[in-house]
Amino acid sequence: MVLSQEIHTPNQAPGDAGETAADRLERVSAAAYRIRHHALNMGEVQGQGYVGQALGAADMLATVYGDQLNFRAEDPHWEGRDRFLLSTGHYAIGHYAALAEAGIVPVEELETYGSDDSRLPMSGMSTYTPGMEISGGSLGHGLTIAVGMALGLRYQGSGARVFNFLSDGELDEGSTWEAAMGAHHHQLGNLTAMVDINALQADGKTDTVLRTEPVTEKWESFGWYTQRVDGNDVGALLAAFDNAAAQATATGRPSVILCDTKVGRGVPLLEEREKAHFMRIEENEWQTCREQLTAGYEGKVSA
Amino acid sequence: MSATTEAPDTTTAAKPKLKTSAMIASFADAGQKTASAPFGHALVKAAQENDRIVGLTADLGKYTDMHIFAQAFPERFFQMGMAEQLLFGAAAGLAETGLVPFASTYSVFAARRAYDFLCLDAAEPNLNVNIVGGLPGLTTGYGPSHQATEDMAIFRGMPNLTIVDPCDSIDIEQAVPQLAASEGPTYLRLLRGNVPTVLDEYGYNFELGKAKVLRGGNDVVFISSGLMTMRALQAAKALAEHNVDVAVVHTPTIKPFDAETVLAEINTDRLAVTLENHSVIGGLFETVASAVVTAGIGKRVVPVALPDEFLDAGALPTLHERYGLTVQRIVAKVLAELS
Repeated sequence: MVLSQEIHTPNQAPGDAGETAADRLERVSAAAYRIRHHALNMGEVQGQGYVGQALGAADMLATVYGDQLNFRAEDPHWEGRDRFLLSTGHYAIGHYAALAEAGIVPVEELETYGSDDSRLPMSGMSTYTPGMEISGGSLGHGLTIAVGMALGLRYQGSGARVFNFLSDGELDEGSTWEAAMGAHHHQLGNLTAMVDINALQADGKTDTVLRTEPVTEKWESFGWYTQRVDGNDVGALLAAFDNAAAQATATGRPSVILCDTKVGRGVPLLEEREKAHFMRIEENEWQTCREQLTAGYEGKVSA
Repeated sequence: MSATTEAPDTTTAAKPKLKTSAMIASFADAGQKTASAPFGHALVKAAQENDRIVGLTADLGKYTDMHIFAQAFPERFFQMGMAEQLLFGAAAGLAETGLVPFASTYSVFAARRAYDFLCLDAAEPNLNVNIVGGLPGLTTGYGPSHQATEDMAIFRGMPNLTIVDPCDSIDIEQAVPQLAASEGPTYLRLLRGNVPTVLDEYGYNFELGKAKVLRGGNDVVFISSGLMTMRALQAAKALAEHNVDVAVVHTPTIKPFDAETVLAEINTDRLAVTLENHSVIGGLFETVASAVVTAGIGKRVVPVALPDEFLDAGALPTLHERYGLTVQRIVAKVLAELS
């Protein structure tokens, strides 16, 4: 865990603060492991939840919160912070885990997830949770708000960046493409979109619900600096975010990182389970999930 | 309806038919005192005093008087294109960074097309996002695609949203700085172009959230908002010639509604009439009716409002007459009620 009084600044180049590329990879991978662990614990308390999505997106969240985002854990509303907008409100379970990892939400509070009077509701809302910039959940909103924030920050001379986390399902929404055009038109170089492409939607596989591919070509044709990576490969994510950071400017092309991820990633039992938007996990399976996660992580670390 | 066609009408030669003309037809009477683009000028003035004010539009800057602001403050104006969901989402994002956005489009698009974005991105977090909707109610002859006859009905259910239905240029000029200063989201039913100046004769000041008694009268009390307050005042003068004494109460803020002032005026022996440029469903009439019932006042209220229908296309004077918004139709209705 990071200390709560620590100020986090983007660590864009390996070797910054004397850190080697290998150390950096290990640090972010460890954060992703802890985020997954938190998500499993929260899922167990609730007995259900969007655990599959949280596991799939954990590496993206760890990369952003552990390496890229500029924030002050003890002052979530600090004016100079980079903004991270969770458009997919149901991914809140993963976001809360990342906020705990970042020191913004106490780890012990995570067990209140989805309970009455908790600051951590099932669907993420800015009015409930410190560090939650927007109320997502009605899909296709995040990128439109991100455009306004990026415009507003630039107009006020802020160097802060805006990161919008969205899912491939949100590419169904016309508003996402209104915003994609708007961001390019206004040359919002301070805006980065990160799309979790887990190829799964509420009614089934994305290519059976509404075909969104070719996704890369779509974003490129909308004028965005487009990268597509394995969203469960921390090294690839770090490289892509470094590229995006290197070309981020107040006025310039907005940047999108398309991240192919696997629902349930890190827990073989869930990776192999029939994919469902709302994954069922039996009461006796949570411990197995944690053990598999830890075994996999430790195997990788020692390898 | 042949009002929109250019071909001469050979079947009825008696009376020349009026043309629909421009999309935004003026409802000012001939020779009436007007002010040009009061919203645009008021926003410029407010922005000179408050550097947090910014403007946005969805490809309708010229048609919502936002172009006045855009010319004065090009660096504080953001064109969002014909993309209303982006317009509202981006307005919320701008407000999240501490700015005070005014976002303009037509009322039909504001209410029908991007409701979810205003509701969840601006109203739920109670952000200072100010929506400016052109062509409210029946102010264009272009038909249901442009006539926002139910915008207040749609918006009244949105928590946190303040709704303002101004009568004239005075209302608009005075409302703009108050909307900017008030917390939370607002919706202004814009009157644009050459807007009549009416309320200066009544020692009136716009106060957000307040109804104002513009004139007293012993026989009838009009409760009105928007451009129908102008008609209500004209009808009151016309009814005086029939020896009917009419009071007029102007309620420019529809939500939160000043029930106290209105109920004090309604709870008398006078005939109570509401007048609005909006459907009879969900607007001023039902706002008043619910206040009356909630207070336990057993009192009949007569609505002058648009019918629960998709309205015809045509020339605005023709349509106002057809749907009962003209002074003549108001006078006839009141006399019939009193007879």
